[in-house]
Amino acid sequence: MIETANVLDAKGLACPMPIVRTRKAMQDLSAGDILEILATDKGSTADIKAWAANSGHAYLGTETEDGVLHHFLKKDGANVEVKQDIPVMELDAFTKKLEQNPALTIIDVREPEEFNEAHIPGAQNIALGDIESRMNELDKNDTLYLICQTGRRSGIAGIQLEENGFKHVYNVVPGMTEWKRKTEKRGN
Amino acid sequence: MTVRIMKPQEVARYSIDKKPLFILDVRNEDAFADWKIEGASIEYLNIPYFDLLDGVDEVKGKLPTDRDILVVCAKEGSSLMVAEMLSEEGMDVAYLEGGMKSWSEYLEPVKVGTLSQGGELYQFVRLGKGCLSYMVIDQGKAAIIDATRMTDVFLDFAKDKGATIEHVFDTHLHADHISGGRAIAEATGANYYLPTQDAEEVVFDFNKLADGLHVTVGNTSIEAIFSPGHTSGSTSFVIDSAYLLTGDILFIDSIGRPDLAGMAEDWVGDLRTTLYDRYEKLSEELVVLPAHFMEMTEVNADGSVAKKLSTLFSENHGLQVEDEKEFRSLVTENLPPQPNAYQEIRKTNMGVLTPDADTQREMEIGPNRCAVR
Repeated sequence: MIETANVLDAKGLACPMPIVRTRKAMQDLSAGDILEILATDKGSTADIKAWAANSGHAYLGTETEDGVLHHFLKKDGANVEVKQDIPVMELDAFTKKLEQNPALTIIDVREPEEFNEAHIPGAQNIALGDIESRMNELDKNDTLYLICQTGRRSGIAGIQLEENGFKHVYNVVPGMTEWKRKTEKRGN
Repeated sequence: MTVRIMKPQEVARYSIDKKPLFILDVRNEDAFADWKIEGASIEYLNIPYFDLLDGVDEVKGKLPTDRDILVVCAKEGSSLMVAEMLSEEGMDVAYLEGGMKSWSEYLEPVKVGTLSQGGELYQFVRLGKGCLSYMVIDQGKAAIIDATRMTDVFLDFAKDKGATIEHVFDTHLHADHISGGRAIAEATGANYYLPTQDAEEVVFDFNKLADGLHVTVGNTSIEAIFSPGHTSGSTSFVIDSAYLLTGDILFIDSIGRPDLAGMAEDWVGDLRTTLYDRYEKLSEELVVLPAHFMEMTEVNADGSVAKKLSTLFSENHGLQVEDEKEFRSLVTENLPPQPNAYQEIRKTNMGVLTPDADTQREMEIGPNRCAVR
């Protein structure tokens, strides 16, 4: 089970259902909340984007994994300037930094089951959906290296952290898909 | 009031016969701006379905009462939803079965002529995409030129006519739509011809289509004329000494673009020679049958797309450019955007890529863009 707070599963649904469900799910959220929508209808990307623009929500992006589209929307975020990019650090540069200083603060924002499977030794797991509620566990003056599978979710997490006063946040790209070095597993 | 279902062939009648129709297109605005159902007698309103989830009040007042109303979306689901909402409000509306997807795939067969030996020539008009395919039938034999990927339409049509498909031709390696030529040949055992110059990267066996090739279908002759310019192998056909199939070289009101295989500069000279020299030497009485049309204004009252070569020499924009330099700039500068996924389409037609049916559909979405005016 995915533990992210706001995930809507619209897989297998054809137009107009992904939007109908998304609209309903958004009604139950508060301003600023992020909704992740899982869909398999290819047309959903353009429609989610256009619907968000027409209804005052911010479209944050879409990530594709194993043929499933993951759309990210921020409720009532259209008038808030969405900062799409936090500073990026390429995996190579990050790896060098980590060799020099093994005590870097690495936040892996993937889901717990992805994290348990394989993660960089020393990384902490705070799933994207838990960033808002758990950011008090982190130090705003610390330098944070955010990572996920492809860099999309970590990018969104970084925006949330920056908006909440975190000063030194890096998005490690492209993410775990290209991480060739040692990983650790975590038992359930 | 129940919601009516309208099939693509009914929509084709509105479009060709210029019957008044009102289309409420509920796709998103970008999709509508990119392409829509065309017709001189069609009026449009574009409101995305997701702006109508709370109700159709804002639309109701904008719908006419003096003409039929059709709700259209990409695949059908959203148009059905909106049509039902309107119907509940007492409006009499229809929705398009299969949406723009099925409109893009619909072929309207039109008879363009009876041949001198008693045979028949049919044009298959793909209204949603502007593609034109042809079938020659004589003495229970058939040949197909520039077939689209909806191969069943051709196979069924030949079967209805009691004809065996013997020859399948592509005038060139298409960049805007996926050819059904090879699949038809495989299904029927017919010969599949491709111009050698276009087929350097083709990974399957084919018959060589070269200048002067002559085949007969029943008693009807088909003659190949090398006519490069859109591609380096583009070939035209003269059928029954009466019809000139020009492929993507010459259209009704425009000419082919030479850039879709990345060779605009190199092929301009070929294009000019074909249009201003090779075609000039042919009989002006030939009826030109192109592989595409761009605007519904090019479609004749009977649904066909055809005009005499003499008429094109006096009226077609692309045939009036005396100055070579001007011609060069016309066909190499300010070209319209290239067709959707044209590189992948070319690779699919070479057999290099083998996308599934859904992906093929996806690749062909959008308007045709093979011409310059």
